[in-house]
Amino acid sequence: MNTLLRGIGVLATVGTFSLLVFSLPSGGEARGDSGAGDVMPRLTHKAWQQECASCHLAYSPALLPRASWQRVMGGLDRHFGENASLDPATQADILHFLEANAADSGRSRMGDKVMQRMGANEAPLRITETRWFVREHDEVPRATWVRKSVGSAANCAACHRQAEKGLFNEHDVRIPK
Amino acid sequence: MIKQIAWTGLMLLSASTAVADTPATFMARYAQQAGVAVSALSPARGEALYRSEHPGQSSAAQSCASCHTANPKQAGQTRVGKRIEPLAPAANPSRFTDAAKVEKWFRRNCMDVLQRECSAQEKGDFIAWLNQIK
Repeated sequence: MNTLLRGIGVLATVGTFSLLVFSLPSGGEARGDSGAGDVMPRLTHKAWQQECASCHLAYSPALLPRASWQRVMGGLDRHFGENASLDPATQADILHFLEANAADSGRSRMGDKVMQRMGANEAPLRITETRWFVREHDEVPRATWVRKSVGSAANCAACHRQAEKGLFNEHDVRIPK
Repeated sequence: MIKQIAWTGLMLLSASTAVADTPATFMARYAQQAGVAVSALSPARGEALYRSEHPGQSSAAQSCASCHTANPKQAGQTRVGKRIEPLAPAANPSRFTDAAKVEKWFRRNCMDVLQRECSAQEKGDFIAWLNQIK
């Protein structure tokens, strides 16, 4: 038991240390994201914003690895129960953008954070299935997600009121009744 | 050189006005594709299509109105809570002005609600109904 506790302690220390190292603000600006921890990399891409955001928030490419985006974009005709098919040129254009800025592209701190908790061969279809997401939201009770005012965990903007601007700061969170 | 640029500009301008669509041009096109006169398009059939419920892919019955609401002059909501601007041109003049967009959404949404693509006649009826809503 004691060794187990000590093991957890060591892991926590190492974890905190590595988080600190990865959280150092240096280099953030150069990679297109600010020093703050909860900011998505600032990205603009016409088709990504136009197409993806017509049904839901244009989720940041930094939240899933390349392999995940390939799976998502390869199955748009059955996109979480809806037909979201695109013409081949637009589909290829968006996939290229998602791959270039994916969590494992090394282009954003947000992506690095997501990858720290991602298994080597993991390619989840849902951002909400990533260990990073689960951990960030572990204090939110299950019942909150299904409230009518929230709908589902896919609706970031229900609580993150600045989500459309890519801002996910914890202090801006307002969970609706 | 300047003349050439002016000509190119003029041609681009005329090309862009040529592709500008309206609900009426869509109705004419779909009627033609269906091999009927525009006057044979039926707003009543369009409304019935809009409101008819079909077994959903996953669970509950669904219709166009499930997301676009019973009143197409009102804004609707996607399954994940994002606003859908009203469908009726009376409430949203940008509806039925872009051929690629119109075809894309008919393809997707007919597959979702009806589990098949809509026919030209159905698309024509649908727009004929929405377009006469004041």
